[in-house]
Amino acid sequence: MTFINLMAREINCKIVYYGPGLCGKTTNLQYIYDRTKPEAKGKMVSLATETDRTLFFDFLPLELGEIRGFKTRFHLYTVPGQVFYDASRKLILKGVDGCVFVADSQIARLDANEESLDNLRVNLAEYGLALEQIPYVVQYNKRDLPGILSIEELRSILNPNGMPEFEAVASQGKGVFETLKAVARLVFLELKKSGTGVPGGRAV
Amino acid sequence: MITPQMVLYEDEFNRIQGSVSQLVKSANAKVVFVVDKNGQLIAASGEVDNLDTTSLASLTAGNIAATGGMAKLLRENEFATQYHEGKNQHIYIQLVGNRVILVVIYDAKSSLGLVRLRVRKTTEELTGIFEAMNRKAEDPNSGSPFAEITDEDIDNLFND
Repeated sequence: MTFINLMAREINCKIVYYGPGLCGKTTNLQYIYDRTKPEAKGKMVSLATETDRTLFFDFLPLELGEIRGFKTRFHLYTVPGQVFYDASRKLILKGVDGCVFVADSQIARLDANEESLDNLRVNLAEYGLALEQIPYVVQYNKRDLPGILSIEELRSILNPNGMPEFEAVASQGKGVFETLKAVARLVFLELKKSGTGVPGGRAV
Repeated sequence: MITPQMVLYEDEFNRIQGSVSQLVKSANAKVVFVVDKNGQLIAASGEVDNLDTTSLASLTAGNIAATGGMAKLLRENEFATQYHEGKNQHIYIQLVGNRVILVVIYDAKSSLGLVRLRVRKTTEELTGIFEAMNRKAEDPNSGSPFAEITDEDIDNLFND
């Protein structure tokens, strides 16, 4: 749910990075954090286990600049990828404005990708949402590893509807900002679609 | 379509900010803030200068979400109140109208009893304000100031 503060002239949006365990969701956020100017980012919060696996979520607040005189703030969240953390994943999706599905390109992780995507659909449905209705992009991560599926194969299974998609090597930053920009763009287009004018002419 | 957006108008913002600032004084609190259940900070008052309110807001919402999940498993509607006791500072968290979260941070200058008492009044005030906001959001004449953004506006955002 986008939160528009007319007084502070701010718009806040929530983007969730979803995907199977160890696919690189946290790595995406970490790269964004490392490469963003200090004045445009807040602290990155990671609720992780002792072995650095995401336990609840990672959180990174970002400022992307101004649009029509409004500061645009994006709150990036990751979900815990491991199967047994489903209750937490569901909670983090609440109020989502845009979603990035990070797929692990390795052949051995195909089942995990499919399971996670199914799980995303089920959890969105709990909030009355369908994947096709929300701003959504797919990232094929780990393109530098051996034993990976071709983009065509991944697309046919994970992105049959042809949503925007990006190849990535998140550990090197490849494709990370392209993915973020694409989902942010879709969120704004959704805002444009859902709006009907300046609220009661009372915007301040 | 995705979940409807929340638009905070000047009038409501001032009323919320007024309630929150009043609670800082009446409860002798260090900081009071209001967060929506998705983790967006709505208003804050008190000694907020050296406080990372954005992270606190997100963690508070995560906390409430996790507690709400536990409540569901126990077939409780919600645990509306939480209290965390530290060595020097304490946090009192109150769910308001099942939509926003009121957070009070206080130290030895106040007490749990006083905070609980003052929070009750503020909760009532905030409930009224957010109900009015909901009604306004349902008004067919209300909408997003972003209805007229262009592709160019969006492109400009990324030209850095």
